Amino acid sequence: MAKQPEYWRWTESRWTNPDIDWKGKIITSGVDVGSVSSQAVILADGELYAYANMRTGSDSPDSANKAMKWAMENTGLTLKDLSYTVGTGYGRVNVPFSQRAITEIACHARGGNYMYGPTVRTILDMGGQDCKAIHCDERGKVTNFLMNDKCAAGTGRGMEVFADLLGVSINDVGDLSFDIDKEPQPVSSTCVVYAKTEATGLLREGWPKNKVLAAYCSAMAHRIMTLLERIGVEEDFAITGGISKNKGVVKRLEKEVGIKIMETSKYDPQIAGALGASLFAKALYDKGKK
Amino acid sequence: MITMGIDMGSKYIKVVILKDNKVIAKSNVLAGFDVKKSGQEAIDKALKEAKIKKDDLKKVISTGTGEKLAPFYDDTKSVVGCDSLGAVFLHPATRTVIDVGAEEGRGMRCDETGKILDFEVNEKCAAGAGAFTEAMSRALEVPLEEFGALSLKATEEIPMNAQCTVFAESEVVTMVHNKVSKANMAKAVHDAMSSRISSMVRKIGFDKDVTLVGGVAKNVGFVDSLNKDLDLKVIVPKDPEYVGALGAALSASGWKGGK
Repeated sequence: MAKQPEYWRWTESRWTNPDIDWKGKIITSGVDVGSVSSQAVILADGELYAYANMRTGSDSPDSANKAMKWAMENTGLTLKDLSYTVGTGYGRVNVPFSQRAITEIACHARGGNYMYGPTVRTILDMGGQDCKAIHCDERGKVTNFLMNDKCAAGTGRGMEVFADLLGVSINDVGDLSFDIDKEPQPVSSTCVVYAKTEATGLLREGWPKNKVLAAYCSAMAHRIMTLLERIGVEEDFAITGGISKNKGVVKRLEKEVGIKIMETSKYDPQIAGALGASLFAKALYDKGKK
Repeated sequence: MITMGIDMGSKYIKVVILKDNKVIAKSNVLAGFDVKKSGQEAIDKALKEAKIKKDDLKKVISTGTGEKLAPFYDDTKSVVGCDSLGAVFLHPATRTVIDVGAEEGRGMRCDETGKILDFEVNEKCAAGAGAFTEAMSRALEVPLEEFGALSLKATEEIPMNAQCTVFAESEVVTMVHNKVSKANMAKAVHDAMSSRISSMVRKIGFDKDVTLVGGVAKNVGFVDSLNKDLDLKVIVPKDPEYVGALGAALSASGWKGGK
């Protein structure tokens, strides 16, 4: 039997800063083992040097190792060069080479602060299996947060299910969802399981795929909006996590919130948690030195 | 007097025909894509089995998620109303009814006439419905019919962290990688579902005579978990999936409990 194409498969990424020579510098790192994706970020003297973002496997320690190995690829770095590592995310206690585990809420705020600058007050992290709205101060310290980790509606996993159902690559969902005549009513079911049934019904009624995608993106934006309404949105407003790459959700959410969402940073927005962890690692290393 | 009840469920369409409050025919058809057509098919099957014609039906009542999509009916009645009527008819002592269908879970309390006193419904989330076990049996590659019995062979209690069906699927995959036995996983699934249903039922309170209806009542693994959670033995009628349709047919005949 031919293998079914995996439409949900998003693009993994890795990056190295070509302007930095890590030799002789203090290397600290952060590893975010999420439920769906894992990231490793390496800092050289507190500067972003390299990162990798890949799919989480079935085993947390293994995913942490793999992400770090990929981030270190062709850099000459080995695990022995790491002075301090902080683990975060769903599998944070399962990062074999880490010295500390810090919650992803704190890490996302810290990482978001680095990526988007000190003016950020609200960070929305739209991840694979949860969605967090975080308020932070100018140093990236968490002042308040709210999260949904109980239900797949409004998470990346829900979007993956839809990409698979409609046979559309998850990377194309955003663009295609705007290729429509008129914005349809959002999908009305909350639960992803029911939303799938509803979408099947819409397709049967003759809706084109793009229109169904639009209806789902807008349902997701609406779902996230109900979370944001509970905590409030303070400017500047930035989004991290995998869904932030999906314009179909982001643009519709921006419209609902009525506040401009900051332009995505040049780095992969999925690394915010690991980046925050690596910054904590640097601070903890410096503290230990004193 | 001949009456008919149609239960247009989200997954299956059930039809019951009563003659003087005795079941003379019943049918069950997958709702599928064309619900109206499936409804007609279910009705035709039941009429054929009862050896009667459409005109012999004195009154027809439709219930269920798609009650208005039934090919024909005189009136509609709420699912909770039909469930409690059907349950009290089958087991007159029943004062609490739990209905777990493909996409909804319901808990209700009623009096001796089957009249609803209080109820609670979940139709927002698949975690407390048949769709949950279906998804899990698929993830574990165990046929749904064997899934319940399998969980009775469990040797260990493993908690399931995920509440959401979609997340639970990934959790099951992780469990498979961790070499957890299928029986233990099946039990974890049924325990998780039972905890959702029992917390819903606790909201309305329950008496000792609890009748469990709906398709999921046929799942012995779920029934076992629910009995433990509620600390009693729920009554499972024969053909629990037909109780809603039975209640609709009873309501059509004007049955109000008692003798």
